[in-house]
Amino acid sequence: MSNSDIILRVKDLTVNYGGIEAVKGISFDVPKGSIVTLIGANGAGKSSTLRSIAGLVKPRSGSIALEGEELTGRDPTAIVAKGVTLVPEGRRIFPDLTVLENLRIGAYLRSDDLSEDLNWVYELFPRLKERSWQAGGTLSGGEQQMLAVGRALMSKPRLIMMDEPSLGLAPLVVKGIFEIIREINRQGVTVLLIEQNANMALKTADLAYVMETGSITLSGTGAELLTNESVKAAYLGT
Amino acid sequence: MVNQTKQKKTSWIALLCVAALLLLVIILENLSAWTGVKGILAPTSQLFTVLKKAAVYSLVAVSMNLLNGFTGLFSLGQAGFMLLGAYTYAILTVPAAAKDQVYYLYGGSAIRYSVIDLLGKLFGSSGAGGAVSLILGVLIALICAGLVAALFAWLIGLPVLRLKSDYLAIATLGFAEILRAIFQWQRLGPVTNGANMIKQFPTFTSFNIKNAAGREVLRLSTFVPFLVAAACIFIIVLLINSSYGRAFKAIRDDEIAAEAMGINLFRHKQLAFVISSFFAGVGGALFAMYVANAQAKVYTSTMTYEILLIVVLGGIGSISGSCIATFLYVAASEWWLRFLDVETVLGNGFKVPLLRNGFRMVVFSVIIMIVVLFFRQGIMGDKELPDLLRRRGRQSKSAAAEETEGGHG
Repeated sequence: MSNSDIILRVKDLTVNYGGIEAVKGISFDVPKGSIVTLIGANGAGKSSTLRSIAGLVKPRSGSIALEGEELTGRDPTAIVAKGVTLVPEGRRIFPDLTVLENLRIGAYLRSDDLSEDLNWVYELFPRLKERSWQAGGTLSGGEQQMLAVGRALMSKPRLIMMDEPSLGLAPLVVKGIFEIIREINRQGVTVLLIEQNANMALKTADLAYVMETGSITLSGTGAELLTNESVKAAYLGT
Repeated sequence: MVNQTKQKKTSWIALLCVAALLLLVIILENLSAWTGVKGILAPTSQLFTVLKKAAVYSLVAVSMNLLNGFTGLFSLGQAGFMLLGAYTYAILTVPAAAKDQVYYLYGGSAIRYSVIDLLGKLFGSSGAGGAVSLILGVLIALICAGLVAALFAWLIGLPVLRLKSDYLAIATLGFAEILRAIFQWQRLGPVTNGANMIKQFPTFTSFNIKNAAGREVLRLSTFVPFLVAAACIFIIVLLINSSYGRAFKAIRDDEIAAEAMGINLFRHKQLAFVISSFFAGVGGALFAMYVANAQAKVYTSTMTYEILLIVVLGGIGSISGSCIATFLYVAASEWWLRFLDVETVLGNGFKVPLLRNGFRMVVFSVIIMIVVLFFRQGIMGDKELPDLLRRRGRQSKSAAAEETEGGHG
């Protein structure tokens, strides 16, 4: 794979979290225009990886590069401005702001016209348009996840990172969320997804990495890992 | 789009209401002079004391709400910033001629000039020129009062705003207490007049228009605090409805999510803190004008708690709630309940039980407890007055929408 096809290159990343080495020198690439997933159990270091890419925690060592540009150690404001955005774990929408206000906060660093992207988000999630004047906290879990994704899209990202978007949602809603992820990807946004729902994630992803206690132990295309015996045993339960 | 024009319309209506209110204040204040009716409308009536104090307090309450209610920073430094504003205003505006008398213990003030005197040289110190230099001078001094408070807020914000919730409250409370001690320090006497009060600067009554014979033609002493407070609150409302205000509310709702959206937490907290303190400083200057003196010992933590109580009663996160609560609070504590403090003897020597000095505060505390019990969210919650008026219309509309939706299903 040539360098120009890689949008995000993580090299030897080490992250300490609460005195523990949560991520132990991992390296992986995210090809442009793809869906990449990191799967693994609780505490494997997936969230710490995403949070350090987003700048929310400072990595201890290693490098994170976006199309060759160093992002390591920069603050979240600069990283969002570069086109990398995070849909945080547990949705974390702003409950007292209206749906529209939530979406506008997503575009906080932009000063250009938002109407085109607002329409785009409303097309992806017609539900949000219906509820645009409702407080975010009054939405259902699935709608809140849509809002969290829509909010992230408002920053016009090149790379969108999602932390467990299926967490705590009904199976039918999860299916809808993954359809949306594919749709966003079709429209040109690279997706980096971390999931415990390994089955759905591997079916959706072009490229997948398995994380265990802070290290990457396996990698391959989604289809390859779906048939891998150890993945099957550990994450798919078949 | 429809909602935007609707919002614009409501803000115009709100602006008109405020203008009408200001006009009403002028009329109310001058009614007794025009019609000869005394009693409640007399210039010395409790009504005007309450209106003046409430106008001043409403500005401070709104400034505190900006920080505590809209940005989610629990700060208790309001009295400290008011003190800074009050002293800045007083020091800048005591007429040069009165300085020796005010600072007699220190052989005159270290600051020999007064803003109004300096402007007086430019515009003349009597007649229309005098009025211009008074208005401009007071305006400049008020802005300086805000700026000094804002500067101090910026400085202490650098370390303090990295603290969370309770720790921030303790640090700002301590800051206010330290300030109060410093301003009473003898060594600073030539500037702050030590533990004595600074007096003889222009107050609200200085704005009453007099004719050549010295008789009052138009009273504006209640209108002035209303005008200044309304202008400042208007600016705060604009800020809250701007994208900055939205970022403040996002920080209040969820700091981590706000940071993930690219909002620089420290910079925005600093901004809210500095702006809130600016208006607390202006409020402090207005308070000095209201009591006609500046002395450090009145700006205690009790004053901060009083304002916090008003904010909570009005509804955390509601500007109009803070304003309404201020007027009710000040009127109740200063006026409506006064009779409870006076021993009363009815007709043939029946002494009404319990009525004596201090009973007012007992009743007042009970009333506040009842209000807090029944209005958990404060009087207004986090709604504004126009929201309440608009809600009816929207409720019926959304009900209709749901019906049609149900029909399709």
